[in-house]
Amino acid sequence: MIRYVARRLVYMVAALFIIVSVTFFISKAVPGTPFADPKLSPQVREQLFEKYGLDEPLYVQYAKYMANVAQGDLGNSYYFEGRPVSQMILQRLPVSAFIGVQAVIFGLVVGLVLGIVAALWHNTVWDTLAVVVAILGVSVPSFVLGPILQYWLGLKLGWFPIAFFESWIYSVLPSLALSVFVISTVARFMRTEMLEVMGQDYITLAKAKGISGLGVILKHVLRNAMIPLVTVMAPLTIYIITGSLVIEQIFAVPGIGEQFVQSILVNDYAMILGTTIFFSVLFILALLIQDIMYGIIDPRIRVAGAKE
Amino acid sequence: METRYRELDPSLFESADIDVYEGERIAGPPVGFWRDAWIRLKKNRGALISLAVLVSVFATAFIIGPLISSQSPYTQDLAQRYLGPTSEFWFGTDKFGRDMWTRVWAGTRVSLYIGLLAALLDIFVGVVYGAVSGFLGGRVDDVLQRGIEILNGVPYLVIAILAMVVLDPGIITITIALAVTGWTYMARIVRGRMLQLKNQEFTLASRSLGANGFRLVWKHLIPNSLGLIVINLMFTIPAAIFAEAFLSFIGLGIQVPEASLGSLISDGADELRFHPYLLWLPAFVFSLLMICFNLLGDGLRDALDPKMRK
Repeated sequence: MIRYVARRLVYMVAALFIIVSVTFFISKAVPGTPFADPKLSPQVREQLFEKYGLDEPLYVQYAKYMANVAQGDLGNSYYFEGRPVSQMILQRLPVSAFIGVQAVIFGLVVGLVLGIVAALWHNTVWDTLAVVVAILGVSVPSFVLGPILQYWLGLKLGWFPIAFFESWIYSVLPSLALSVFVISTVARFMRTEMLEVMGQDYITLAKAKGISGLGVILKHVLRNAMIPLVTVMAPLTIYIITGSLVIEQIFAVPGIGEQFVQSILVNDYAMILGTTIFFSVLFILALLIQDIMYGIIDPRIRVAGAKE
Repeated sequence: METRYRELDPSLFESADIDVYEGERIAGPPVGFWRDAWIRLKKNRGALISLAVLVSVFATAFIIGPLISSQSPYTQDLAQRYLGPTSEFWFGTDKFGRDMWTRVWAGTRVSLYIGLLAALLDIFVGVVYGAVSGFLGGRVDDVLQRGIEILNGVPYLVIAILAMVVLDPGIITITIALAVTGWTYMARIVRGRMLQLKNQEFTLASRSLGANGFRLVWKHLIPNSLGLIVINLMFTIPAAIFAEAFLSFIGLGIQVPEASLGSLISDGADELRFHPYLLWLPAFVFSLLMICFNLLGDGLRDALDPKMRK
């Protein structure tokens, strides 16, 4: 197990290293410097370059940048002068996290119920309904769904506020728009897994031993069917991250995603690259947790992983 | 239980005609792999309907849509802004007075171009990488697989965003940005298939007849993986269309006056409050494309690889 985790860790660090290196060279490749203002005299510019270390050779800058990122220092925003990027991200984090986590929890619960119902009443109206919902949910992206919810539940019916973030009620529509994909992914997955498990010999054996229908479902089918559900964790994390970019834009939620999109519009490279690194760290952490959990639940994975 | 024995008499039995060739007889005309798959696909109503809808969307976007309307998707006319659907502009006009009907189909064309191009690029890189990795095996395979594992730790759209920050937006650059990391899944699948196929008898037979590595891969192993590649293509195309729409939505994709479904949806969403009709058509076409590609992909998977069916 330790070898398995260690292996995963090495990959994660390597992936992070690549991302940070790429962002560094991108920040060097984009045209213009933050101090391109023609009003600055050459002496002042030189001083500024010296202050920020821009006069040093590239490899020294690279090493310093790496060291800074490793300490969580992502530099200062170009647009909001002098404000550290990491601080700006952390400030926005709670709102985004709240909407995302709420969407995942809601999506998991509804998706599980939908998937289980579909599998238990296989080939009935309920099953068809669940499959249709699942396909619609996977196919209709959040940037279509968001405006539709906004228009229908917000403008036409007036049940929920359609923009900004002042109290819990404001989080309903963004979370709902994000959760539909979660619902359909989980429902689809759960349905397939349950049908698969219900066809296994050990389920027949459990029934033959006289365990009641409900007992078999709860103790044997559900437990085994839910194991592979761990594998959707990382894809869902990435979905919530990218989804937040458009959802927060649509609903004018002051979260990380909205800030990121704004920084793209005003070419705030420090912010863009910093947020990119932040997103990557989140994703890589989710991937790591997923792999470790899967290794704990399913011994075959970690044995195979260690042998390689 | 009681068992009864009866006297057996040869006259009770009758000899049956044994046709020694019965086992050799072929029940029907031989059916090839693709024909077999097509027969299975025909039974899947959802997939067939999706295929028909996709064909008609392609036809409308490339031929019928612009043909039956005399409007141009790019002509601006500020005197005719925000016209609702009229007999002249079937789906109204946008904030610059551009005709929405032709604009949506122009956007669909761009989205389809990018989706197909990016998918083809993914397939090309993925197949080559996967084939080399799986066929050569050993050290090479190890190194190439570690590379993929590292790349998989990088969020796909984030890399696309970074690429678009540096590159000038345009159909080709968006395609490249999408293909930078999009090929890894394809490579994994092809590699797995290669590992499975390269030890089978027909490979050995071809090898002993003197086929070299390239010929083996190109003439035998890749054709035998085509089913998997096609299935994967069907899921790569909608993913690429989605990714392009996503980039356009956050302002990094196609730039005005060009349009894609993503940028049209983005524009429509901005004006939802007063001109909701601007959103409906592009959103509808986009969702329709996604649903049809997904359903067709599911159907093809069942048809080409019955063992994968769940």
